Amino acid sequence: MNHATYVAAAYAAAFLTVAALILWVWLDGRARRRELAALEAAGIRRRSAGEAR
Amino acid sequence: MSEQSLAIRKFSDLANPTRFLALSAIVWPWMAAATALFFAIGLYLCFSTVGDYQQGETVRIMYIHVPAAWLSMMCYSVMALSALGTLVWRHPLADVSAKMAAPIGACFTFIALITGSLWGKPMWGTWWVWDARLTSVFVLFLMYLGLIALNRAVDDPTRAARVSAILILVGFVNIPIIKFSVDWWNTLHQPASVIRLDGPTIDPEFLRPLVVMAIAFTLLFFTLHILAMRNEILRRRVATLRRLAARAAGHGAAAREETLR
Repeated sequence: MNHATYVAAAYAAAFLTVAALILWVWLDGRARRRELAALEAAGIRRRSAGEAR
Repeated sequence: MSEQSLAIRKFSDLANPTRFLALSAIVWPWMAAATALFFAIGLYLCFSTVGDYQQGETVRIMYIHVPAAWLSMMCYSVMALSALGTLVWRHPLADVSAKMAAPIGACFTFIALITGSLWGKPMWGTWWVWDARLTSVFVLFLMYLGLIALNRAVDDPTRAARVSAILILVGFVNIPIIKFSVDWWNTLHQPASVIRLDGPTIDPEFLRPLVVMAIAFTLLFFTLHILAMRNEILRRRVATLRRLAARAAGHGAAAREETLR
C-alpha cells in the first residue's frame, strides 16, 4: 500500500465513525420524540405539561 | 439579592431539565453550523498544506488522529466533572451528561486508535505495539465500553448514576497516565509536540490545520453531547409517563373490580 491509501483509509474510518455517531443521536432523538407524541396523543401528560416547554 | 446567590440561582435554573431543553434548542443549531464551518476550513487546510519532508503525505493523518486523541481525554474529563456533579452537588443533569458522553468518547477513542494504527504501519512498520501510550489509550477505550455496559445493565438511572460516577472518578487516574506516558516510559509513540510547557515545537504549516481541526472536533463533541443529553431527558420523560400510565391503569382496574364485587 502506498501512503495515499493509508491517508484515505484513516479519513474514511474517521468519517464513518462520526457519521454513525450522528446517525445514532438523530435516530435516538426521533424515536424518543415519537414515543412522547404517542403518549400525549393517548392523553398521558406530565403534571407540569401546562408550563412553558 | 447578592451576586453569589444570583449565580447559584442561574446554575440551578440550568439544572431544570425543561429549561435545559429550551435553552439547548436555541443553542444547538448554531453549534452545528459552527462545527460544519470549522470542518470545512479544517479539511481544506488538511489537504492544501504541504506534506512533511520525512513523513510525506501520511502527516495528514495527524490532523484527525491528534484532535481525536485530545477529545477522547477531554470527554473523559467532562465525564469526571459530571461524576463530581452527581456525587457532590447532586445536579440533576450531571448523570445525564456523564451517561451520554460515554458513547461519544468511545467513538473519539476508536478514531484515535484506528488512525494511529493506520499511521503506525507506514511510519513505524507496525500496526500496533503494547507501549505505554497505546496501551493506556486502549484501556481508556475499554473503560468507555465498560461504562456504557454498566449504564445499560442497571435499570434505575439514579442507581446507575452513582455506581458509574464512582467508577468514572476512579478511572480518571488513567488520564494523566495517558498524557505523561510518553515522558515516564520509553515508548515508540513520540512525546508531546504541541501541548508542552515550552510551547509547540511543530511547524506553523502543520499547526494551523491541526488547531482548526481540534476546534472542529471540540465543537462536534459539544454539539453531539447536548443533543444526546436532550435525547436522554426525553427517554426519562417517556419512562416516567409510562409508569404514571401503568399506575393509572392499575387504579382503574382496581376500581372496576370494586364495582363488580
